[in-house]
Amino acid sequence: MLGRSPLGPLEYTRRLWLRSWLAAVFVFLYAPIVILVVFSFNDSRRNIVWQGFTTEYYVRAAENASLIEAFTNSLLIAFVSTILSTIIGALLALGLWRFRFPGRAALDGAAALPIVIPEICMGVALLVFFNRVGWPTAMPWPLNLAPIIIGHVAFSFPFVAVVVRARMAGFDRSLEEASKDLGASEWQTFWNVTVPFMKPGLIAGSLLAMTLSLDDFVITFFTSGPGTLTFPVQIYSMVRFGATPEVNAASTVLIAVTVLLTVIAVRWQRPDKEAAKLG
Amino acid sequence: MARDIKRYRVRCWENRLESWRAQPAVFWAFVLPGTLWLLLFFFVPLGLIWVLAFGERVGPVQIDITWTFANYLAVFDPVYVGLFWRSVWVATVATVIALVMGLPVALAVSFAPERVKPILLLLVILPFWTNILIRTYAMIAVLRTRGFVNFGLEYLWLMGKAFLLPFGLDEIVMGERFEPLSLLYNNTAVIFGIVYVYLPFMVLPLYATLERLDRSLLEASLDLGAGQIRTFFSIIVPLAKPGIVSGIILVFIPALGTFLISDLLGGTDSLLLGNVIERQFKAANHWPLGSAMSFVLLYVTFAILALRAWLISREEARARA
Amino acid sequence: MRESDAPIVEIQNVTKAFGRLKAVNDVSLAIPRNAFFALLGPSGCGKTTLLRMLGGFEHSSTGRILIDGEDMASIQPNRRPVNMVFQSYAVFPHMTVAENIAYGLKVTGVPRAEIGRRVTDAIAMVRLDGMATRRPDQLSGGQRQRVALARALVKRPKLLLLDEPLSALDKKLRGEMQLELVRLQHEVGITFIIVTHDQEEALGMASEIAVMQEGRILQVAPPRQLYEHPTRRFVAEFIGASNSFACEVLAIEDENARVTSPLLGELVVERAAPKVTSGTLIIRPEKVRMDFSNPAPQPGEALIRGTIDQIAYFGDLSIVYLTAEDGSRLQCSRYNVSRIAAPDPAPGTACTLGLHPEDLLLVGD
Repeated sequence: MLGRSPLGPLEYTRRLWLRSWLAAVFVFLYAPIVILVVFSFNDSRRNIVWQGFTTEYYVRAAENASLIEAFTNSLLIAFVSTILSTIIGALLALGLWRFRFPGRAALDGAAALPIVIPEICMGVALLVFFNRVGWPTAMPWPLNLAPIIIGHVAFSFPFVAVVVRARMAGFDRSLEEASKDLGASEWQTFWNVTVPFMKPGLIAGSLLAMTLSLDDFVITFFTSGPGTLTFPVQIYSMVRFGATPEVNAASTVLIAVTVLLTVIAVRWQRPDKEAAKLG
Repeated sequence: MARDIKRYRVRCWENRLESWRAQPAVFWAFVLPGTLWLLLFFFVPLGLIWVLAFGERVGPVQIDITWTFANYLAVFDPVYVGLFWRSVWVATVATVIALVMGLPVALAVSFAPERVKPILLLLVILPFWTNILIRTYAMIAVLRTRGFVNFGLEYLWLMGKAFLLPFGLDEIVMGERFEPLSLLYNNTAVIFGIVYVYLPFMVLPLYATLERLDRSLLEASLDLGAGQIRTFFSIIVPLAKPGIVSGIILVFIPALGTFLISDLLGGTDSLLLGNVIERQFKAANHWPLGSAMSFVLLYVTFAILALRAWLISREEARARA
Repeated sequence: MRESDAPIVEIQNVTKAFGRLKAVNDVSLAIPRNAFFALLGPSGCGKTTLLRMLGGFEHSSTGRILIDGEDMASIQPNRRPVNMVFQSYAVFPHMTVAENIAYGLKVTGVPRAEIGRRVTDAIAMVRLDGMATRRPDQLSGGQRQRVALARALVKRPKLLLLDEPLSALDKKLRGEMQLELVRLQHEVGITFIIVTHDQEEALGMASEIAVMQEGRILQVAPPRQLYEHPTRRFVAEFIGASNSFACEVLAIEDENARVTSPLLGELVVERAAPKVTSGTLIIRPEKVRMDFSNPAPQPGEALIRGTIDQIAYFGDLSIVYLTAEDGSRLQCSRYNVSRIAAPDPAPGTACTLGLHPEDLLLVGD
């Protein structure tokens, strides 16, 4: 396609300067991550010059028991918080989408607040909250992760609600009426008509919730109990002592796991998409 | 984003809402979990620090709520006022850079052929799948004195010197030895880090509005004799305003409250509001002051959101007039 | 040749390929000055692509486009002496009516005083007086279209392009706008090129019509000629309705042909164009004489016996759908000229159709 036909007036993406700009921005976005990944295999502690390939730091990271524990904890937190946020967020979206009730506008606005306020405010508020309500700190695993999960759900489910509601806004309510007209009960209609329509929104919402949980540092930092190890906090303390290749190795593993999870989620969505196309 | 929310709110009204009394059980099942969670784990905690901000520290862990304004007044201490302005300054510069960088990207993505569009969009979103801490950490390796930017600069310096050597100008022009730039541990590094971390927040809302932009408006502008640049400033920018405002807010607010980026990339002179708040809750253990500062940050956030809501309503009022 | 006789637009062997699809396929066309020219065809026939090429929004794959004798190949849309009224009108939503109309003058550096004068004139011309400070979302569809028209005409282009300008209006407004466009075209004396899929619109407004199908131009003619002398069967069936009869040409006699048809017997009919030497016989429904008695054939007339299937009543006229003795389907229209008339014959009634050879035409397939 390149340069074969003359440039159309609105074919901005084919303009050289814009392409260069796009390329430069992507280099800016990706170079640091790529460098981080590549140098996790570098056979040198300090040097940024390539010294040869090694997996030594992966072995070391794997031998680091607290790092492994932190890693497991973070994945568990992401998993539980994704499920809870998806359910709570989708229900709230449906409630706001379907019902008229006093305080509807207020609830609508209030649910958008966790999306917009600075994370640190929410972080310190949760820190104070768990401290003041006397939340037990010495809980056995995995209950000691509860405060973190609660925090993650609190900032994730409003996002899910927004995504699901955006999806429901395109829903033609006469589909429900048609279903009832054809003899389906309220519940059958919900399950056979409303939920299938909502599904792409649910998937997008849960993907977003998972991303937010894995991406989060601030809320986790403020809600982690003294004995609770989580990946970002663990890495944070390692980084404060200085950048080491182990950090690179551990980060690379987290990136790989996140990308893998997302690919699985997208794959899992695909048959559904094709079915929709056929239907 | 608020405009979108408003728009689908209007659409929802058109969707003939049912009264909650028609099916109270279903209604509560839908609305209760979210409402309770929001109340218990968002509003109650915020309420707690709102109250704490009026407290006095009487012991290491003992705080008495005396409804004093001392903590809020302490925020107006010159040290903190300077800190506040630095935070605003850093966030503003980072937001402007992100806007300038992001607008052409959003333009390129929204005008890309349908096949390429999802791929470009994915490339914009992909960095989000890496923890913010890891992304910030990755910047360290790039920016530090013996990092990649300086490494690249040194390479250019050596090339330049080798080129100038035959003319005997090498020492005069290029200096005796390469002086690495100190890129890390200063405000520039923090701004750089904020742009790096929050750029996708700028691109996505911009993309969303540009995507919806009627292409024939741009063609009409060209047809009427305006050049591409004129069209960009007279048509694209005004019509993308909602997206630009959303993008600015989505970058500016987190940038204003950042503490991780300034903590890892900033130097001693680039402490921001977020760092000081964090310090009050961790090292300094002065919760009432930290709470007051958090609420100052929140009030600023609310002011920005209110300003935008006002701008939107004014525009709508003018459109109706 | 005098300057004013030269065509304003010359399209020479223009082809536009999107991948394997040829949206415009080797089109050559000359559009005379001051014409109200219509590009007519079903959707996807390439008419909009052709119009957008004139505007500079698409590039031709091969061929040349000349506007007023000047090759447009390397000229960007903003430098062409051409303006367009877009199908969606593309009225800038963030500008008032006056700002919209002034935009094209402002960006080309017309002095401020002159802009004010010309905008006022343009507003008066499209009858939007008193609406200068309104915003587009306070206007009706018809008013928005007038803004789009004024905005284009105020630039005094050599050519005004209109992309399906009436398709978004309701039927009544469409009729008014048709008259308005014709009036404007007379008033400003600019060549209008309009793209439409609505044959009535094209017939009612245009001084000349080009019928397009699958990227090619089938016929270019004034409305009356297009209706009464279509050269191709597609044109005959696309513009108005027609009855077609398969036939075999026995001999060519100057402008006529001696043909034989299973249903009509042997006849001498006019050929639609010199190059038509075989094809189909067509006759318009209103030119078919219908009789319920068993009449003797009038001199030279061919008779067909058939039965009525259905009668569609439209008020001013009724269309009778019939099946001929050999099973082919025909239609014939009758004006309801009298308020007091005999009731319509019931479906199944036998009748006789009289076709005058003068009304039959041999068209190419």
